[in-house]
Amino acid sequence: MGWIGEQIDSVKSLNFRQVLTQAINLGMIVTSALIIWKGLMCITGSESPVVVVLSGSMEPGFQRGDILFLHMSKDPIRAGEIVVFNIDGRDIPIVHRVIKVHERQETGEVNVLTKGDNNPGDDRPLYAQGQHWLQRHHIMGRAVGTHLSSPSFHLPDPLFLHVKNWYWYWMTAIVKGKWFFQWYILIGALGFLVITSKE
Amino acid sequence: MHSFGYRANALLTFSITILAVICGIASFSDNFNSPSPAAQVQVLNINWFQKKPDGDDEVSLTLNISANLESLFTWNTKQVFVFLAAEYETPKNSLNQVSLWDGIIPSKEHSKFWIHTTNKYRFVDQGSSLRGKDFNLTLHWHVMPKTGKMFADNIVMSGYSLPKAYR
Repeated sequence: MGWIGEQIDSVKSLNFRQVLTQAINLGMIVTSALIIWKGLMCITGSESPVVVVLSGSMEPGFQRGDILFLHMSKDPIRAGEIVVFNIDGRDIPIVHRVIKVHERQETGEVNVLTKGDNNPGDDRPLYAQGQHWLQRHHIMGRAVGTHLSSPSFHLPDPLFLHVKNWYWYWMTAIVKGKWFFQWYILIGALGFLVITSKE
Repeated sequence: MHSFGYRANALLTFSITILAVICGIASFSDNFNSPSPAAQVQVLNINWFQKKPDGDDEVSLTLNISANLESLFTWNTKQVFVFLAAEYETPKNSLNQVSLWDGIIPSKEHSKFWIHTTNKYRFVDQGSSLRGKDFNLTLHWHVMPKTGKMFADNIVMSGYSLPKAYR
């Protein structure tokens, strides 16, 4: 309780300049994060340079919650590559492997069929109504590498699941761009910390 | 300078940096591995070969696939995804790749295998160009490391062809 009292006193004693400085600092941090994100988009040539794996359809290779770095080069799409694609009308990116490729003579246009490693059947049921193939414009990027995946960390099980759930919860929120009340609490707490810190 | 917050922050930053460096070294160590995989595929039988109502050719094959992929595994290997694709050209398409069978090899113990199977995925053409078609059977493998860059390679086996008439 005494600590809160101290914090409130320090808030009251702040002058406008200090608050402004802190606000600008926070703005700089947020802007740098945005610059890094956009820079990654440029370097990787992909709209979405980082995605989170949302389902277990690529297990045991990719687990739910894994972060993937994508790269989209002009190279043709070939069977076996792991691609990330969006279905028209849905906002969730899907990370699956290409199992069939048909590339047209002359135009080089490509029809591609995908399937999750852990799924029994291919992705046609997931595609839009009447769609049998994916084209290049559906594909956002290729997965290029894996990070140390969560099952490799050996934390005690209940703690591990708790951490993993929270991590996954926040990651999907960031990826989907969802805005819910926990964000306001987080931003509020951040703002409070910014204002009350002395450096 | 010596508050809990400072120390926790320094510790966290340091450990994340060290972890990233270790992951980088682990990934780099994969370059020292020079794999020498071997594979062989026999088409034992053409089970049937028809033109579907929608106009596309489809064929069903029984295959005998044997491979030795032990040399692909390092201590940094999480799994190897292997698949066999029929690859051919048609007047319509400069390249067709149709995966006939795939499997996940979780460890070195399972990487020397012999399998007798019909094609897991349907061998369907875009159109009706499969009669008498010469095709390659390419065994592809995609190595997924525990940490680092995924890499892939393949062995092309040529000389296979489909019958000149439906059956």
